[in-house]
Amino acid sequence: MTGIEAQVQQPYKYGFVTDIESDVVPAGLNEDVVRLISAKKGEPAWMVDWRLKAYRNWLKMEEPHWPNVQYGPIDYQAISYYAAPKKLPKLDSLDQVDPKLVATFEKLGIPIEEQKRLTGVAVDAVFDSVSVATTFQAELAKYGVIFCPISEAIKKHPELVQKYLGTVVPYNDNFFAALNSAVYTDGSFVYVPKGVRCPMELSTYFRINASSTGQFERTLIIADEGSYVSYLEGCSAPMRDENQLHAAVVELVALDNATIKYSTVQNWYAGDAEGKGGIYNFVTKRGKCAGVNSKISWTQVETGSAITWKYPGCILQGDNSIGEFYSVAVTSRKQQADTGTKMIHLGKNTRSTIVSKGISAGRGQNTYRGLVKIMKGAEGARNYSQCDSMLIGDQCGAHTFPYIDVRNNSAIMEHEASTSKIGEDQIFYLRQRGLSAEDAVSMIVNGFCKEVFKELPMEFAVEATRLLGISLEGSVG
Amino acid sequence: MLEINGLRVSVAGTEILRGIDLSVRTGEVHAIMGPNGSGKSTLAQVLAGHPAYTVTAGSATYDGKDLLALKPEERAREGVFLAFQYPVEIRGITNSYFLRSAVNAVRKHRGQEELDPMDFLQVLEAKLKAIGWDDTLMNRPVNEGFSGGEKKRNEILQLAVLEPRLALLDETDSGLDIDALKTVANAVNKLRAPDRSFVIVTHYQRLLNFITPDVVHVLADGRIVKSGGPELAHELEAKGYDWLRTGAMVS
Repeated sequence: MTGIEAQVQQPYKYGFVTDIESDVVPAGLNEDVVRLISAKKGEPAWMVDWRLKAYRNWLKMEEPHWPNVQYGPIDYQAISYYAAPKKLPKLDSLDQVDPKLVATFEKLGIPIEEQKRLTGVAVDAVFDSVSVATTFQAELAKYGVIFCPISEAIKKHPELVQKYLGTVVPYNDNFFAALNSAVYTDGSFVYVPKGVRCPMELSTYFRINASSTGQFERTLIIADEGSYVSYLEGCSAPMRDENQLHAAVVELVALDNATIKYSTVQNWYAGDAEGKGGIYNFVTKRGKCAGVNSKISWTQVETGSAITWKYPGCILQGDNSIGEFYSVAVTSRKQQADTGTKMIHLGKNTRSTIVSKGISAGRGQNTYRGLVKIMKGAEGARNYSQCDSMLIGDQCGAHTFPYIDVRNNSAIMEHEASTSKIGEDQIFYLRQRGLSAEDAVSMIVNGFCKEVFKELPMEFAVEATRLLGISLEGSVG
Repeated sequence: MLEINGLRVSVAGTEILRGIDLSVRTGEVHAIMGPNGSGKSTLAQVLAGHPAYTVTAGSATYDGKDLLALKPEERAREGVFLAFQYPVEIRGITNSYFLRSAVNAVRKHRGQEELDPMDFLQVLEAKLKAIGWDDTLMNRPVNEGFSGGEKKRNEILQLAVLEPRLALLDETDSGLDIDALKTVANAVNKLRAPDRSFVIVTHYQRLLNFITPDVVHVLADGRIVKSGGPELAHELEAKGYDWLRTGAMVS
């Protein structure tokens, strides 16, 4: 065995397709399609107006090409913007969920049947353009916690949706966010009332099934004064030769003394060894620490997607508010990722922490891009950033673009960065102690990611470790 | 236990070992001495299976098995241990987790039940007690921020816990001050056992003041040019290596 660059294609476990009758809107995008989506959802006039405003703005915008990723042009008229299983249950009646859908989520390890539910985790299952089941809604309602598909929230809690939708990521924020605002189909909505500590983890699982469709979900989480919520997000898609677009928007709002913990394990199909197929994951995620002493913490483990473009950020508006970003991004095969965070300090004594771990293997290209901005009024702001890159083999790349913009002299900024390479000597050392080559790589990589993994909820940490093992399997030979 | 015949090894096209014959019986301690660049460390690395080295001729059998046909991890599980000259650092992984994973890899291979953290702690404490050390290194990341002496001590600690049948020590004395040298040597002496053999690679004789070998070999230019008892080490200390190199060339 010489060299550690041999790259073997690993089967993607979630690449199956569910054979289910779907209601698919023909490909193409225009105002009628936007109206049609809104009509299918039975939305009020204010919603369709907002969508149209976004659509008209989007027409004037250009697709961003500053990220350090390469891909061919996307034909937005070739994408279908709505796909939904035909046999949909009526709201609040899980028993009517199509058994094929239940079986699909079962296969993905997401039990949505009453008797098999994960204890302590409420799940919203989104299949293509619609939410098919949300568990534990009644239980959560006892605490006043609202957890439902956003399409349902628009009908049942319009005052909350109208008050907060687009306040963190405006409809014209960027090209993909504008597109999402025009055509988003479903997603999760969470409201945690004043002083309530959400009694269980909330979770949404996104599944793309239909071909030639895009997935555009929108998530809105509001933590009212003094509340706490931990939210998990997972995703997967079938293996297809075409590239599929996933352009989601996530907005978080934390009011005075509230805390939101948002964790993602992203495992969209990454494409094959030659880079054919896979999801374009172009996502806008942002949280606003609107109130004093509020806190938003993002943790992400990105192992999938052909291309990832996302910068979960925090607007630290309330005094003493805290923003955190913990990230592990893995690119192997021909995957590309341009990911990082934005921390915008507005309030006094605001603090932010960034810990980013990029792992590149195969012919993967991994870019960290981060912005820390300290505004004039942010007296006593502090930031700590740590960006570590790890290279496996010699055909991959790691890039770091940390931007710092300080407009207040009292700010304290710390930045650390490192690049390391898993060497033959490191692997040999562990093999000499009896570990297999793959266990050796897994141990080295897990040690490298430890600071991020410890931020994940227990079940997710186990899942993340396992996923990391799978995506790097065969990267040494 | 270990039989090496006509072993030739090259790295990146350069021949380093040019026909090594060596026979180590169970329970014996052999010292391999020689000048820098003579191939001492290569011999230790190649016996452990480092992928950078290519065996071009010869054989090595361990307990009757073809050692060279086994993967590095298989050799380790069969009881071949290498104490590294330059132990590597592994960030974020505690020494105790690492060591337990290693112990369990060996136990699994032997068909024994794997140890949970509590059981492992007991085994570890017993081992530490036997060599008279404390557990200060155990909860730190593997070799990270360790001093040179701590790294070498950590290698010997692993040796104690993994209980190999054949222990290869590669320049374990290099970079140690006299106190650290004594500490490490005393531990090695305590680990000598009738069913365990040692091959100790060293440049200087000073380690052998504390560990008395059964046989001393001198390696020069990729060949064993002289073998003898412990007194050979003292002779080398007095005379240096040059007289043997010349001798090798003449013969």
